[in-house]
Amino acid sequence: MNLMPDRNDPTAPRPASGWRLFWFAAPSRFYALTNRLVPLCWLVAIGFAAAGLYIGFFIAPTDAVQGDAYRIIFIHVPTAWMSMLLYLVMAFWAAIGWAFKARLASMVAESIAPTGAVFTFLALWTGALWGRPTWGTYWVWDARLTTELILLFLYLGYIALVNAIDDRRRADQAGALLAVVGSINVPIIYFSVQWWNTLHQGATISVTAAPKMASTMLTAMLLMTVACWAYAFAVVFMRTRAYILERDSHTGWVCELRQRRIER
Amino acid sequence: MTAQWSSAAEFFHMSGYGFYVWGSYGVALVVMLAEPLLARRRHQQALLQAGRMSDDEPLDKEQA
Repeated sequence: MNLMPDRNDPTAPRPASGWRLFWFAAPSRFYALTNRLVPLCWLVAIGFAAAGLYIGFFIAPTDAVQGDAYRIIFIHVPTAWMSMLLYLVMAFWAAIGWAFKARLASMVAESIAPTGAVFTFLALWTGALWGRPTWGTYWVWDARLTTELILLFLYLGYIALVNAIDDRRRADQAGALLAVVGSINVPIIYFSVQWWNTLHQGATISVTAAPKMASTMLTAMLLMTVACWAYAFAVVFMRTRAYILERDSHTGWVCELRQRRIER
Repeated sequence: MTAQWSSAAEFFHMSGYGFYVWGSYGVALVVMLAEPLLARRRHQQALLQAGRMSDDEPLDKEQA
């Protein structure tokens, strides 16, 4: 099934220039790009988190029913959204890396997995701590919680599988297969509250009664969501640039990079 | 203090839900600090490793 030319084969025909979108598909160029993007992402993440937490804790009023326990929403919902979104993004890049033998796409997919696992863990953890005061239990085997736990196992399984195979290309392919098959779980998580009679509530935004309360709560939640996006970009790019160096350590451009660092 | 909280103690008490609220945000903070620190360490180790390999087999012989 090797229909695409091998990128590492020097005799393979070079792709036509002018495809700006693929300019950064070369690990060396992507590496330079991440070095510029990471500080920017951190700036956005910290700025939006500060604004979101300020509004969430100092402007948004106490909920009439849940008291101040509801303030967990500002971290719970963004992390839960990110846990599902990142899985689809990971599966997408893993599939691209598999189909087109694009090394960088596979590296990006493998960089996303730990961040996705972190967000899934945080969604489960904050959900448990929110469930105790509101439902009276930390955990219940309902559809939403169980499928989210399966998502965590999918992330961990993907990481374990990719790291267990020594042959890089076979590891990328096996990981892609797991990621793509596992992505069926994401719509199940999303629609679980509609398909089954769950303890977990349906809509997230209609928690409050008064519209004025909802607007400040919604603002804080959306600001925190942007912060989580920027955090994900920052930490994924940090991991990708480490993977690029590890896997390209034999190539000329990494040696030149080292040379420049010594001379400075 | 603010319109929401009359004192710092009231803020940390969170109308009785302090354990749940701060347990959520505290763990999130720890995990979200640890993850980028681990990623940065991996990057620095990769840089060191790349340097060691380039020392073994210098590519640019004119500079060596």
